[in-house]
Amino acid sequence: MEWETVIGLEIHVQLLTKSKIFSAASTAYGAQPNTQACDVSIALPGVLPVMNREAARLAVRFGLGIGAQINKRSIFARKNYFYPDLPKGYQISQFEVPIVGQGRIEIETDNGCKVIGITRAHLEEDAGKSLHQDFHDMTGIDLNRAGIPLLEIVSEPDLRSAVEAVAYLRKIHSLVRYLNISDGNMQEGSFRCDANVSMRPKGQTELGIRAELKNINSFRFVEKAIEFEIDRQIDILEDGGKIVQETRLYDSDKNETRSMRSKEEAHDYRYFPDPDLPEMILDDDFIDQIRNQLPELPDARKSRLEREYHLSSTDASHLTNDRDTADYFENVCSQTAADSRTVANWILGELSAALNHSAMEIRDSPVDSIRMASLLDRINDDTISGKIAKQVLTLLWKSEKSVDQVIDENDLKQITDTGAIEAIVDNILQENSAQVSQYKAGNQKIFGFFVGQVMQQSGGKANPKQVNDLLRNKLD
Amino acid sequence: MHSNCLSEHSAALRNKTYSSVELTQHYLKRIDSAKALNAFITVTEELALEQAQYADRMLHDNKAHALTGIPMAHKDLFCTKGVLTTCGSKILSNFVSPYDATVVEKLKQQGMVILGKTNMDEFAMGSSNETSYYGAVKNPWDVQRVPGGSSGGSAAAVSARLVPVATATDTGGSIRQPAAFCGLTGIKPSYGRVSRYGMVAFASSLDQGGLVTRNARDAAMVLQAMSGFDQRDSTSLQLPVPDYGNVLEQSIRGKTIGLPKEFFNDDVDADIADAIQQAIRELQALGAKTVEVELPNSEVGIPCYYVIAPAEASSNLARFDGVRYGYRTENYTDLDDMYEKTRAEGFGAEVKRRIMIGTYVLSSGYYDAYYIKAQKLRRMIADDFSRAFEKCDLIAGPTTPSTAFVIGEKNDDPVAMYLNDIFTNAANLAGLPAMSIAAGFDDKNLPIGLQLIGKYLDESTLLTVAHQFQQQTDWHLKIPDIPGVPGGPGGPGGLD
Repeated sequence: MEWETVIGLEIHVQLLTKSKIFSAASTAYGAQPNTQACDVSIALPGVLPVMNREAARLAVRFGLGIGAQINKRSIFARKNYFYPDLPKGYQISQFEVPIVGQGRIEIETDNGCKVIGITRAHLEEDAGKSLHQDFHDMTGIDLNRAGIPLLEIVSEPDLRSAVEAVAYLRKIHSLVRYLNISDGNMQEGSFRCDANVSMRPKGQTELGIRAELKNINSFRFVEKAIEFEIDRQIDILEDGGKIVQETRLYDSDKNETRSMRSKEEAHDYRYFPDPDLPEMILDDDFIDQIRNQLPELPDARKSRLEREYHLSSTDASHLTNDRDTADYFENVCSQTAADSRTVANWILGELSAALNHSAMEIRDSPVDSIRMASLLDRINDDTISGKIAKQVLTLLWKSEKSVDQVIDENDLKQITDTGAIEAIVDNILQENSAQVSQYKAGNQKIFGFFVGQVMQQSGGKANPKQVNDLLRNKLD
Repeated sequence: MHSNCLSEHSAALRNKTYSSVELTQHYLKRIDSAKALNAFITVTEELALEQAQYADRMLHDNKAHALTGIPMAHKDLFCTKGVLTTCGSKILSNFVSPYDATVVEKLKQQGMVILGKTNMDEFAMGSSNETSYYGAVKNPWDVQRVPGGSSGGSAAAVSARLVPVATATDTGGSIRQPAAFCGLTGIKPSYGRVSRYGMVAFASSLDQGGLVTRNARDAAMVLQAMSGFDQRDSTSLQLPVPDYGNVLEQSIRGKTIGLPKEFFNDDVDADIADAIQQAIRELQALGAKTVEVELPNSEVGIPCYYVIAPAEASSNLARFDGVRYGYRTENYTDLDDMYEKTRAEGFGAEVKRRIMIGTYVLSSGYYDAYYIKAQKLRRMIADDFSRAFEKCDLIAGPTTPSTAFVIGEKNDDPVAMYLNDIFTNAANLAGLPAMSIAAGFDDKNLPIGLQLIGKYLDESTLLTVAHQFQQQTDWHLKIPDIPGVPGGPGGPGGLD
């Protein structure tokens, strides 16, 4: 039988607020355990939550970014369950009326663009962390994270493969960074994902029974976990078995998912409106102000780059995946006479490779847009060749000097003095008379050999065009 | 000294008739002599004397506020920094709060002297003060009887003249019913008037801090100081607090008092019905008019309340899990075992009963039938009041259907116990201000309470009516004669 995969994702995004969603405690990452756990964070008797409006602002920003309906009246609810890192015994979340209603986002697939529906996005507080190491026979609880604002983004079951799921996840990741509502740091847990996966016979509209995969916190693991789960479910179904509705944990070491709890063991969260928090009312001014401050979003920017900078769709797409990269590209373009396609090639090629090699983000690039622009200018005005420019980039990586200083100090300027180049050419032709004879006998391929020899002798600095011209003059 | 009420203390301290230290020592001595009442869970003697010394300096330097130097007590669910805050529960029996509730902070800023923390029903769940882990409190008017609850310790303490004022809280009648049982003035302001920050939550949408005092004038003074917007409580009202002291002397001539026919029925003891009729005649003599009003949904008040309050409580009390503070069971095998034993050993029967009810009514499949339905009824009850207030300025009736009952009498019948709230919990469901004031005695010499319910935010009218009534009557001046405690009504032996 042919099976169709159906996937929906729940993404938890930590919002970039300075203080927690319901208290004044700091949200900074990496502090000593419980140093950012105030009276509200540890849920002392008698304490009360107070809504941080900044979290609402960031949530609305996201909603507007996906063209969603913004609910001007939304309700906080309590999700009740016991766990040591959940200090109140309930999580404040949104249940019946979330702040962000239905929206949509486009992803690129092998078969072109596809629209993925977003059911809702709601605000909630993060839980603390249980620490199992370093405590002999005991569990440590760190409540620094308890109360950090989260936006939970729930997709429709519109995704049909692990690859699509990853494309969607990347798109949301790019969007939240564009909107500057989250740092999107997956290692630090500011961007987390659960996946609901089910299978159904191709052509059937009814959804199959799903498993919820938890603990898949990298793009790579999302793909692997879903693929494993698809295979697991197909195996069961083809053997005539039934899928059990359950929560499964992904183990990245073993690359497998395993059952965490079944539907019967699932919590009854006993949601009800939190009586400590009034309905959250957003007025039109608040929403309009956020709308007016929205940055250009990835899709719009991609189209504009294609149009204004004459880029290919692929290059424009790569450049706009990440807001910092797109900003860098446009900054370089505004400061250099070089062709915008050359700029794109350099950023997506040499710069990107160098950053990868140093495990750095473009915003921390040692070569900023100013030095990159001047490097490309020196290629453009024939001061250096493209090949030498790569050498210059490596030197710039380790120094703070200007491009011209680096070129001068390392004597990398291109030789454009015809006399000097001619002397080298003559010398090479003289030393390789056998090859000259072959060329003259009709072996055109050997021309490249002469170019290579001349360039080598010049230390790569001779202007390649002049070398070509001179050789042709002398040989033809 | 203790026969003086709070307002009189305020004047005496300012006139240097006695010092705050002398007054504090005097009350501390009385508290000690009245230990048998079990009104206090904690007496903070040293702290009180320090605060009294500080107050005396302020008084000496003429930097004092009206309340500076006056001793008081807090119900033991107000968090008090550095002091045990138990909520009458074993589960918090070792909890020393690291912070002050807003109410505590505000009254400290006024220079009031805290003598201790008063006994209460566990987590304010009860109408008799018998559910306290620290044992039942005895009614100063008859030590065989309950003082009411949940603010039974506060009421007993003020009634026995162990303090001139004590804070209290009211979720379904927990200020007014003990005030009625002990012959006191009790006020529960409008929901949101007093910050709930630092009040250990029972039912968040119903809980409201207030006071028990000897008279309306005292209540007005202290309520003024403890009310007002608090940015730490999102449900507190961002509205100015009226000057309660200013309105007391206003005439009540022309005020219309609504008498809900549902409050005047056969379930009310005859002595109470008579006393309330007499009180209404007093008010009429002062120029008030009366009109019959209807609160047709009163009869669903109790079931509505006993769905909403336990639902909220089941969630509010989840934090008492033995993980971060409070009691934790000694021996356990794993996490679930620790949770189960801690809560099984830490909570008393009534609290467990309400957690179970609350958990049930919020459960998937039952939520609509109970919680949602109760919310609809709550709306209807509030609408009843809105309609009634089109015809009147305030509502009057009995606070309770009966006077103080004998300790142990209703322990085996939770429903009979819950019926104590029959006239009081509607004000909580509707968020309205309400008072109970002393209005007579029954044939067993037990106090009877007159309940006044006001329009939303209109504590002023309640205080005015109560004060004017107290100018014409002396019920609030009666002092109980407590065995072993000097200074009763007839006896010499008064300490002053």
